Amino acid sequence: MPCLRGSYDQGQVDWLNSQMKIAIASGKGGTGKTTVATNLAQTLAEEGRKVTYFDCDVEEPNGHIFLQPKIERKDSVGIPVPQVDMEKCTGCGLCGQICQYSAIVVINKKVLTFPELCNGCGGCSLVCPVEAISEVPRQIGVVEEGRADGIRFFQGILRVGEVRSTPLIRQVKRSLSSCDGIKIVDAPPGTSCPVIEAVKGADFVLLVTEPTPFGLNDLKLAVGMVRELKIPLGVVINRADVGDDEVKVYCQAEGIELLLEIPDDRRVAEAYSRGELAVNALPEYLPWFHRLSRSIEKSLSQ
Amino acid sequence: MKELVVISGKGGTGKTSIVASFSTLSQRKVLADCDVDAADLWLILEPRILRRESFSGGRRAQIIEKKCTACGKCQEVCRFDAISFDGSANSLVKRTYRIDPIDCEGCGVCAYFCPDGAIDFQEQINGEWFISETRNGPMVHAKLGIAEENSGKLVSLVRKEAKHLAEEKGLDLVIIDGSPGIGCPVIASVTGADLVLVVTEPTLSGQHDLERVAKLTAHFGIPTVVCINKYDLNPEVSATIEARTEEAGLKVVGKVIYDPAVTKAQIMRASVVEYTGGKVAEDIKSLWRHTVYALG
Repeated sequence: MPCLRGSYDQGQVDWLNSQMKIAIASGKGGTGKTTVATNLAQTLAEEGRKVTYFDCDVEEPNGHIFLQPKIERKDSVGIPVPQVDMEKCTGCGLCGQICQYSAIVVINKKVLTFPELCNGCGGCSLVCPVEAISEVPRQIGVVEEGRADGIRFFQGILRVGEVRSTPLIRQVKRSLSSCDGIKIVDAPPGTSCPVIEAVKGADFVLLVTEPTPFGLNDLKLAVGMVRELKIPLGVVINRADVGDDEVKVYCQAEGIELLLEIPDDRRVAEAYSRGELAVNALPEYLPWFHRLSRSIEKSLSQ
Repeated sequence: MKELVVISGKGGTGKTSIVASFSTLSQRKVLADCDVDAADLWLILEPRILRRESFSGGRRAQIIEKKCTACGKCQEVCRFDAISFDGSANSLVKRTYRIDPIDCEGCGVCAYFCPDGAIDFQEQINGEWFISETRNGPMVHAKLGIAEENSGKLVSLVRKEAKHLAEEKGLDLVIIDGSPGIGCPVIASVTGADLVLVVTEPTLSGQHDLERVAKLTAHFGIPTVVCINKYDLNPEVSATIEARTEEAGLKVVGKVIYDPAVTKAQIMRASVVEYTGGKVAEDIKSLWRHTVYALG
């Protein structure tokens, strides 16, 4: 059994009624974002808090594997794309000029649309002088809502073949404001637009990394991104004893708080492989996540 | 000339470690790191940059404060809630509009409809791309700026440059390190490729994500083969993945054993096959031979 760093006291934590939004992100994929997000959600629920989990990794959502929610509601998500009335169209070409995404082009006075490239800005229908363009919804995915053991659950599932995931992430997050209690947002990997969409608006970002050169490189990128968004952050090192000390050295130099180190434990990996939460399969991990919840709280109150 | 793309669906399954080993095992090829969001291949191959170019992924709107008359048209037409009425005063009004650069999607609708020409809509530099030399051959790679957009466009650019380079040098293969997921950068890295190798792991998440990414490559009609990395971590899930992969008409071309030497190699800035001759290296060599065979 790996040693516990720090101890968890049973005292009541005063963020019982917290409305905080915590985003879990990583830069590098596969470092344990979903492990941390789902185990933290479960731990908070067991502490008696209201928790909602949002899976914003809509390209590959995996939180449901661990939380096993009962889905109660499913909404199709569409974005408005242009439909051209050829009777009215004069082929003036203004729509093609305003579109930045080549989703509508005019060749020899004929209009062609490429709905999969459209981002739904509505510019074409606004600019059309003869009102020949209307907007129709095109499905890009679904948002599912349900309930797991003490946890409210939302996830977005991107339709396979869709290029743009940000509008779907936006939809998943729409329920954030109406949910009571702590909100856990599981973000996709990387540092570009879908991650930003998932993370922005959070009160705190937890960056999960591993102590390897790849983990460190991608952590630096993720830290840059979160700082750009001006959100407080903390780091969790997963499989903390597999690599080198460079991540710790970096965090220290940058004044980044290291909130938790999870050891490399084959039993955790095996529980993960079976789709089980670490805190359920290996109850000795519960205090680790209690401690993480308290560390975030402390970090925010400073 | 052929293009082999290594992707994974789920992140962290070992894509880049496998591509690094392929770079050691293969001859006559160009490497392309298309995981432009979180590019890591360079950490192993330590490229010497020969050429460096900036990348523009699109435009971004910005209010020219001194011209803004606070009419509010820009906010009215913006669908992305990127415009707020909290800019500083100018000689005309007490408050101006302001565009949040992170929320702005670069559609330009505000700039088009601004009656005072008070919105600037310029090309942005969103990143850089490089042509480099490495100990394992030429490499094209890129760096997307932090919090930047349009990684798909940068991926397409890296692929195009890698192909050019291969043609120029008379090389027969481009090996592409892709990104996780199934969205924009992944689609840009696989469309029109000759073969996709999906690296997965024996976990329910790995299996779930493999199924989604295999649907994606089927959707685009790209020949696809599968590798199960760390297969001994959960032999049961491994067997299920193998069975379901074959049911789907795809082939598992390799299984690679879990070995801490993979992490150690990374720390030593070496590919796994450079670092060790153990079973893990043998597994990767066999994977490479079968992948080449599948490539035809």
